[in-house]
Amino acid sequence: MIDFEPSEEQALIIETVHQFAENEIRPKGRETDESGTPPASVLSAAHELGLIANGLPESEGGGGARSALTGALIAEELGWGDMALALAILSPGLVGFPVADHGSPALRKQILPGLLGPSFVPGALAIVEPRFDFDVFHPQTAAKRDGDAYLLEGRKCLVPWLADGRHVVVIAAENGALAGFVVARDAQGLVASPEQNMGLCGLPTAELALEGVRVPADNRLAATDAELRRLIERGRIAIAATAIGTARAAFEVARDYAKQRETFGQPIATRQAIAFKLADMAIEIDGARLLVWEAAAALDAGEDAARRVRLAQDQTARITLTVADSAVQIFGGHGYIRDYLPEMHLRNLAGLASFEGLALV
Amino acid sequence: MPISFELSEGSQVAQSHYRQVALDQMRPISRRYDLAEHQLPREWVDYWWNEGRWGPKGKTAAANDGFVTICLQAEQLCWGDAGLYLRMPTPALGGSAVSAAGTKEQQAKFMAGFREVAGQPIWGAMAITEPQAGSDAAAIETTAEFDPATEEWILNGTKIFCTAGEGASTAAGGFVVVWATLDKSAGRAAIKSFVVPAGTQGMQLIGCEKKLGIRASDTATLRFDDCRVPKDHLLGRAEVKKHDSNKTGDSSRDKGFKGAMATFDASRPIVAAMATGVGRAALEFLIEELARQGIRIRYDTPPRERTAIERDVIEMEAELQAARLLTWRAAWMMNKGKANNLEASMAKAKAGLAVTKITQKAVQILGPVGYSKKLLVEKWMRDAKINDIYEGTQQINQLIVARRILDYSSALLR
Repeated sequence: MIDFEPSEEQALIIETVHQFAENEIRPKGRETDESGTPPASVLSAAHELGLIANGLPESEGGGGARSALTGALIAEELGWGDMALALAILSPGLVGFPVADHGSPALRKQILPGLLGPSFVPGALAIVEPRFDFDVFHPQTAAKRDGDAYLLEGRKCLVPWLADGRHVVVIAAENGALAGFVVARDAQGLVASPEQNMGLCGLPTAELALEGVRVPADNRLAATDAELRRLIERGRIAIAATAIGTARAAFEVARDYAKQRETFGQPIATRQAIAFKLADMAIEIDGARLLVWEAAAALDAGEDAARRVRLAQDQTARITLTVADSAVQIFGGHGYIRDYLPEMHLRNLAGLASFEGLALV
Repeated sequence: MPISFELSEGSQVAQSHYRQVALDQMRPISRRYDLAEHQLPREWVDYWWNEGRWGPKGKTAAANDGFVTICLQAEQLCWGDAGLYLRMPTPALGGSAVSAAGTKEQQAKFMAGFREVAGQPIWGAMAITEPQAGSDAAAIETTAEFDPATEEWILNGTKIFCTAGEGASTAAGGFVVVWATLDKSAGRAAIKSFVVPAGTQGMQLIGCEKKLGIRASDTATLRFDDCRVPKDHLLGRAEVKKHDSNKTGDSSRDKGFKGAMATFDASRPIVAAMATGVGRAALEFLIEELARQGIRIRYDTPPRERTAIERDVIEMEAELQAARLLTWRAAWMMNKGKANNLEASMAKAKAGLAVTKITQKAVQILGPVGYSKKLLVEKWMRDAKINDIYEGTQQINQLIVARRILDYSSALLR
């Protein structure tokens, strides 16, 4: 039966996360973008909401309520608050979900209790590589078996690298197939250099050089190439949902600004040139959101969702950038000034097509 | 119910049923009635009247998705042929108006003919547009005057762009719902709708338009010269509230005009679904034709390795699906009894523009093959364009969306 209404439980989650985003995240978004450091108070308050813990398996002490769709609903509200802080808040899942899904019993025991403990433990997933022709399904980072361990060789970028993180999941190619490895952040041969990017400045990220990093065999995720593709798809949906939230925020501030900014004695929102732009923004956001939901529902149903995820990811990347650009345009000169949010939204959304593995659901 | 994109069993049955109808009954005659503009597609009309209108009967008793299922039907049949879809003998928009604004007695009276098992095919239609008034429906000039001596309404004026207007004005048993003003000085509050049965004296079919596309559809011009209908053919109430002028833009107390406009909240999702059907016809054909040429669309290739054709096709697919989902949402809201004015216009605006671009791109990609009348692609491009125009142009729907999201009245945002 076709239905577009979140369940009662989902509605409650949306409301809770939205309030958190409004009260805790949004007020810190701009200053975090300038400082480059997410406030520990926000991260620990978010940790207390249990958003990641709720999705981890009950057998490990989590809530057992893993759903790509519910995850998308959460990610949108967080992204509405602030995209960089949203990704920081979601980062424990970058280690938690792959380990819960594919980690050995020992690995699960080693890592998951920390994520379910009293304090926020950030996670990291290394997928993207610093090349223009990077292919997510065919990374150049290579893994080779060496006795009871694997050796990792390659470069990664756009890897969330928050203070006090312990592990990073590295996606590499092993004999031509995708393979995932849980690597300690202080492993020998792993050099992390802090990145400076155009946007997402509030999310500390690193470029990683992996030079013969030795990883115990037990730290290889028991995931096939197909399963890791599925993981990447879940990441695309998480990122797309976060971006939808950010685009919605851009739309809302532009709408509110257009209603109070006057030209020739009338609010600019009464001009069709502005009003129609706002209408298009609203239409495109809703359309892309539904594509994201449909792909998420397919992932939850265990269907082959590759095509739907591709459509949702592409559409979201295209329209959120347009929405953010329109918001800057509606603000005019003020849109270019860092006192207002649109220029930040534009920078944050400009890299969307490259954001692989910055969030998972 | 949680969020779900699973069609119910009844919808799935309807979907495959109407796809088969489209394949068997519509596609084979699609080109013929594009070329033979204005000619009645006899075999199609008879099929629909005798068989098609009863639906996939006997195939399922399972629950469907209500309005969403109606949208699925519209999409499938317009995937078959949008012009023939509009030529089906049904109450169409005339029926929607009677359902939305008519009393129970009026509904029983005017719709009865469409439930008759025997008899000849009949049509319903709605006549709003005039040479000088399209989207600005409050500016119509057709008048209705009450004659107390005979207790009749007297209609005078000219209506254009009346879809199914030939059938509805001439085939006995059908009717045209005509919008007219009781008092030009009173603005939209004085605009009422009247049921004019086919063959009523004073209603004259002037002719049908020659069009870019949907040529199988009879887009009629109707003239009303002292055309008289009984008192109870006015849908809704006859009173006019003078204070509700155009200047205030406040029509909240005016159920008549609002009621009539509410017809669009139901019809826009259907038009969006029709658009989606035409767009899908072109896109499916394009993908199949590319496959015949050995070109397979790769969905797992990084953006910078895609061919231009892959990039176009993937974008077309995403745009079409976004339009379809917005349409389903607007239709689902009707099932729930939720006000869907905003969502209906969003769906219509998105679908109208998306399929206009999709079909144009399909012609472009296929080059001389797409341009040729040997295939239907060029026809789909011509058929698609109307979806961004009728039932409110792209711009009218943007205007409605803008007013809603800004919480502006029609006086503040014109």
